[in-house]
Amino acid sequence: MKARVHVTLKPGVLDPQGKAIANALHGLGYAEAGEVRLGKYIELDVDAADAATARSRVAEMCERLLANTVVENYAIEIAD
Amino acid sequence: MDAAVIVFPGSNCDRDVAVSVEAALGRAPHMVWHRADELPKVDLIVLPGGFSYGDYLRSGAIAANSPIMAQVKAAAAKGTRVLAICNGFQIAIEAGLLPGALMTNAGLKFVCRDVLLKVERNDTPFTAGYEQGAVVRFPVAHHQGNYFADDETLARIEGEGLVAFRYVDAGGNPTGAANPNGSARNIAGVYNEARNVMGLMPHPERLADPALGGTDGAQMFRSLLGGLS
Repeated sequence: MKARVHVTLKPGVLDPQGKAIANALHGLGYAEAGEVRLGKYIELDVDAADAATARSRVAEMCERLLANTVVENYAIEIAD
Repeated sequence: MDAAVIVFPGSNCDRDVAVSVEAALGRAPHMVWHRADELPKVDLIVLPGGFSYGDYLRSGAIAANSPIMAQVKAAAAKGTRVLAICNGFQIAIEAGLLPGALMTNAGLKFVCRDVLLKVERNDTPFTAGYEQGAVVRFPVAHHQGNYFADDETLARIEGEGLVAFRYVDAGGNPTGAANPNGSARNIAGVYNEARNVMGLMPHPERLADPALGGTDGAQMFRSLLGGLS
C-alpha cells in the first residue's frame, strides 16, 4: 500500500525558506498570504498486511530517519 | 595514541583532516570506510566535513545510520574522543551523540569565509592548547549550520558548560554581526555531557598549517593527540 508522509517544521522553529517564499508572494501582490512554512512530502510503497501495521512501521521510519523530531513533526496517510 | 577518520560517500575533508592528524600525531590515522563493521582500537575518531549522501533528506541523516556509526557510538559511550567537524557535526547530531539540530542558515546563503570563535573553556581534551576565553580564527563553509535547540535544552547545555565555541567579534562578544548563520546564542560547537564528543561547524583542519594562512586549528589536533607538552 501507499504511504504519504508530510514532514513539517515544528511551530516556533524559524523557517527561513518559508519566509523567503512569503516575501516572494508579497512581491507578486498576494498581500493575503500570511506565514508560509516549507515542508517535505515523501511517498513510499509499503508491503504490509493491513493499514494499521503499515502505519506503525512508517511511524517507526519517521522516528528513526524520515523526520528529525528535534525540529520536525510528521503526519502519515495510508492509502490502498 | 592512535586515530581514525571515518569516510562517508561524499566526505571531502577527510584527507585534510588526515594531514592535520598526522602533523600532530607523527603518523597517519586509519581511514575507515563507513560500511566497515569494525573500528580499529583508537583514542580519537574524526567525523570529517563534506556532503555525505549529497545531504539527501537532511544533512547527515543518512550517514548517521551507516554501519560504522554503531561502532562510533559504542566507542563514544566508552569514552573514546570523537571530533565531529561540519558535516561530521551534522552526522553526530543526527546520530544522537550531541544535543540540538542544525538548520538551514538564517540568511539562506552558503557561507564560506573565516570567522572568529571564542574558546568557551580550555579544560577539555579538545581545547587544552588554547587560552581560556581566547578568540581564534577558523574557516566556515556550510549551508546548514544554524544551531537550534529548544529553550530547555539551551538552558541545560549552558548550565552544564557544554558550549564549546561561540561566534564572536574581535573583542570576544557574541554579536549578531559575528554570527554567520543565525545559530542560537551564537553557538558554533558543543560537547556531549561527558565532554569526550565535540562537534563544531567551523573547520580547524583548514587553518592548521602556515601554508594555509594560519595555525589556530592545529592547536586542536595537538591538544587532542598529546603533542602539547
